[in-house]
Amino acid sequence: MKQFRSFIRKEFYHILRDRRTLFILLGMPVIQIIIFGFALTNEVTNSKYAVLDNAKDIVSQKLIQRIEASQYFEGATRLYSYDDIAKAFRKGAIKIAIVIPPHFAEDLGQLHTAQVQLVADASDPNVANTLVNYASAIINDFQQNEFNKDQQLPYRILAEQRMLYNPQLKGAYNFVPGVMAMVLLLVCTMMTAITIVKEKETGTMEIMLVSPLQPLLIVVAKAVPYLLLSIINIISILLLSVYVLEVPVQGNLFLLIGESILFTLVSLSLGLLISAGSNSQQTAMFISLIGMFLPTVMFSGFMFPVENMPKPMQVISNIVPAKWYYTVVKSVMIKGVGFKAIWKETLVLTAMLFFFLGMAIRNFKIRLA
Amino acid sequence: MRTLKFLLQKEFRQIFRDPAILRLIFIMPVIQLIVLPLAADYEMKNINLAVTDHDHSAYSRELVNKIKASGYFKLVTYNEAYKQSLTAIENDQADLILEIPVHFEKDLVKEDAAKVFVSINAINGTKAGLGGAYLQTILRDYNQAVREKWIQFPRIKLLPTIDITYANWFNPHMNYKYFMVPGILVLLLTMIGANLTAINIVREKEIGTIEQINVTPIRKHHFILGKLIPFWILGLVILTLGFGVARIVYGIIPAGSFVTIYVFAAVYLLAVLGLGLLVSTYAATQQQAMLVSFFIMMIFILMGGLYTSIDSMPEWAKWITRFNPVSYFIDVMRMVVLKGSGLTDISRQLGIIALFAVVLNTWAILSYRKRS
Amino acid sequence: MQPDYAITAKDLTKRFGDFTAVDKISFEVSRGEIFGFLGANGAGKTTAMRMLCGLSLPSAGTATVAGFDVYRDNERIKKRIGYMSQKFSLYEDLTVKENIRFYGGIYGRSDLFIKEQTGYLLQHLRLEKEGNTLVRALPLGWKQKLAFSVAIFHEPDIVFLDEPTGGVDPVTRREFWNMIYEASAKGITVFVTTHYLDEAEYCNRVSIMVDGKIEALDSPSALKQQFSAASMDGVFLQLARKAKRTEG
Repeated sequence: MKQFRSFIRKEFYHILRDRRTLFILLGMPVIQIIIFGFALTNEVTNSKYAVLDNAKDIVSQKLIQRIEASQYFEGATRLYSYDDIAKAFRKGAIKIAIVIPPHFAEDLGQLHTAQVQLVADASDPNVANTLVNYASAIINDFQQNEFNKDQQLPYRILAEQRMLYNPQLKGAYNFVPGVMAMVLLLVCTMMTAITIVKEKETGTMEIMLVSPLQPLLIVVAKAVPYLLLSIINIISILLLSVYVLEVPVQGNLFLLIGESILFTLVSLSLGLLISAGSNSQQTAMFISLIGMFLPTVMFSGFMFPVENMPKPMQVISNIVPAKWYYTVVKSVMIKGVGFKAIWKETLVLTAMLFFFLGMAIRNFKIRLA
Repeated sequence: MRTLKFLLQKEFRQIFRDPAILRLIFIMPVIQLIVLPLAADYEMKNINLAVTDHDHSAYSRELVNKIKASGYFKLVTYNEAYKQSLTAIENDQADLILEIPVHFEKDLVKEDAAKVFVSINAINGTKAGLGGAYLQTILRDYNQAVREKWIQFPRIKLLPTIDITYANWFNPHMNYKYFMVPGILVLLLTMIGANLTAINIVREKEIGTIEQINVTPIRKHHFILGKLIPFWILGLVILTLGFGVARIVYGIIPAGSFVTIYVFAAVYLLAVLGLGLLVSTYAATQQQAMLVSFFIMMIFILMGGLYTSIDSMPEWAKWITRFNPVSYFIDVMRMVVLKGSGLTDISRQLGIIALFAVVLNTWAILSYRKRS
Repeated sequence: MQPDYAITAKDLTKRFGDFTAVDKISFEVSRGEIFGFLGANGAGKTTAMRMLCGLSLPSAGTATVAGFDVYRDNERIKKRIGYMSQKFSLYEDLTVKENIRFYGGIYGRSDLFIKEQTGYLLQHLRLEKEGNTLVRALPLGWKQKLAFSVAIFHEPDIVFLDEPTGGVDPVTRREFWNMIYEASAKGITVFVTTHYLDEAEYCNRVSIMVDGKIEALDSPSALKQQFSAASMDGVFLQLARKAKRTEG
């Protein structure tokens, strides 16, 4: 045990001596949580749009004003012909064009109907879809206020809408758990994998393996400092989200921290496993960073809700550790539910921990034998 | 120039000597490009709906059937206790709750107005917004139907209505993959390029071979070029491979010309690789280089405009994205692949990326020191 | 400039913050000489050598190598010198031939020259069969000999060797020194650091560094006489006792 401690101490010296790395390790999550917490949102607002107003009458002017006033649209470009729309799309200057027909006010007054066309740049289908919906809602609203103001329609169904958990629709509610999962997973996995492979590369691993300490303990000793660093990161991320991003911790704080530590352990053991299978730092980096980055972003659920994926993809998402952790953080931190709601996720993470650790031990044993 | 030839020979040999890494370089992007776009379905069909119906009237059931028939919603639970619906939300089984109060039918028919309550899980903004909007539309339609049933007089439209028609250009079927596949290709290309170069020079520092290079009369820009060119070629090969996958697996053929894409990609790769080399000249260990490049990649990728809209970001964040090469390439991909934009359309983006390429590589050359 | 000297140094100094690694050293090395640079670990040998090779910028003093100033003409110096660093520095993932070809090419040698000389070199090192072997797979002694051969492959005027025989067996060390003599016979000036004192005997002249300063400089026999010691060991021990710096 004493030897084990001295190994851990040695690893700490390594990390503490490398000030630059330490600075990045502790500073990175802080910067990222602030940037992403404020900048990222699934919402679509302030979209650039264009107006092709063939009527240029009072009603069309009013309608345009109404659209401009909404938070969803911003910076109208005036177009003068239908061909301009394609040109503007091709330059990427606008996302949607609103085409108002000639004699707009006249038609509405005499024929009681007129047609507005929305032309969306569907190269990003999500944005296109959302903007068409928003614009339609604004136009419907406009029509209601402009013409039907005084008339009380019979048989009204009124829908009262309530936004649960995130009434202000802040992006941070979704991205704090997501970024937390990404940072903890990738940093821990990458750092452990690389430190161990580096010792293999330089040959110092062999020196340590002849020491009286069990080989596994040596490897574990390398992971311990990262566990402690991660705990610091977990705490700083939580402090920032509560006090800076104003995303409160609704549930039990200790449960949240406990689950985070469990997830960190999963990441560290995954790092061990990768290091067992890599012979160069480059390979370890490739697997832990390039191999895991995008699958984590896409399968953990914070960008694309897992429930919306096709069935086979939902199955695949189960092997992504971050997915389980993201669900846990969302549940405990945002929804404020207790352990009863997340026991399944906890079980899966625990199973992953033992699986990765077991595989890593097996691989190391084979290599050493 | 002769020196460069020898440098290139050496770099290529080193790349091809490690079959493990070579396999990863080519296979990993292909697999990710095949699998990941399938997960990226933003299309909001199957929004999970929980209905709590306290009324249990003919009207309330009709409303629920109407919602089910719309194709947007999947009914996960139909119950009489709000608590049950809430549990469904807590367990992520439901995204929305529609609560129909008692006397819904009575209020509607007798009092001329009835209320329903819609509760939305708003953690994910898109889902919340769209789900709410769809439900509103269905409610409005249903409301209209009810009205028409009761008001029997010949329907003459006395009130002006604005009809809304819409057209989705460039991607009329709203196929998300057309946008996602080229985007993911950009991300993969960026990660592989920047990370490989980021650890390249610093690896020579760690092994000690850089010392031997520094004591030769080699010119600094030759050295940097020798590192740049192999990965540049590798990058273009991966890009080609990626378009092959896009075509075979997803049937994506750019509306614009490949020439435009490759011209941009060629300059883009120089910028990204230059960034990697810059990181490498500053880093003392491979670990440092990787950590820094992970940090940069995370910002580049999450703020690149593929996953979330840049327009929706606050001003200061938009300002950050102006320094994000990924956002330009994603933009260009979208423009060329789907809209058929040509070189003149993308000239602004091309100019900016060229500037990045020049600045980053010059910086890398300057910060690479042969003498301490 | 003194064309007779391959290397000159006057009050050459290198400071790292408060620490003076090399403290005003002055010496000259004649053409074709084998010049030994002795000192305990941390005495400043490697730092001094790195300044002469253009890898490290001096803090003060002057020095010329092959007639060129180390401040201004460091890139020109590099064309005229060879260097073998303490850390093994051939590419382990390249073959023997590929390494030779690479360094030959970097120094601007023609393809024909590289081809001919590679054959000759491999034959000389008795590595003909290993030409296409990865350097990684060679035993340490062979690696060192190969590294030396690569360092003088482009026929430099001067070769700097930083503890070239560290960790190799006595037989290989012997062979290694034979190679140094051969190089010297071809007119190459050899500047070598070592802490093997028996190797000092092989040098034409040796300087002994203690705590960043040159404490003694002469031929081995003259030094032994001066310090009335039977071997270089004795000379070294007398000087080393004065050292204040500890290992590091």
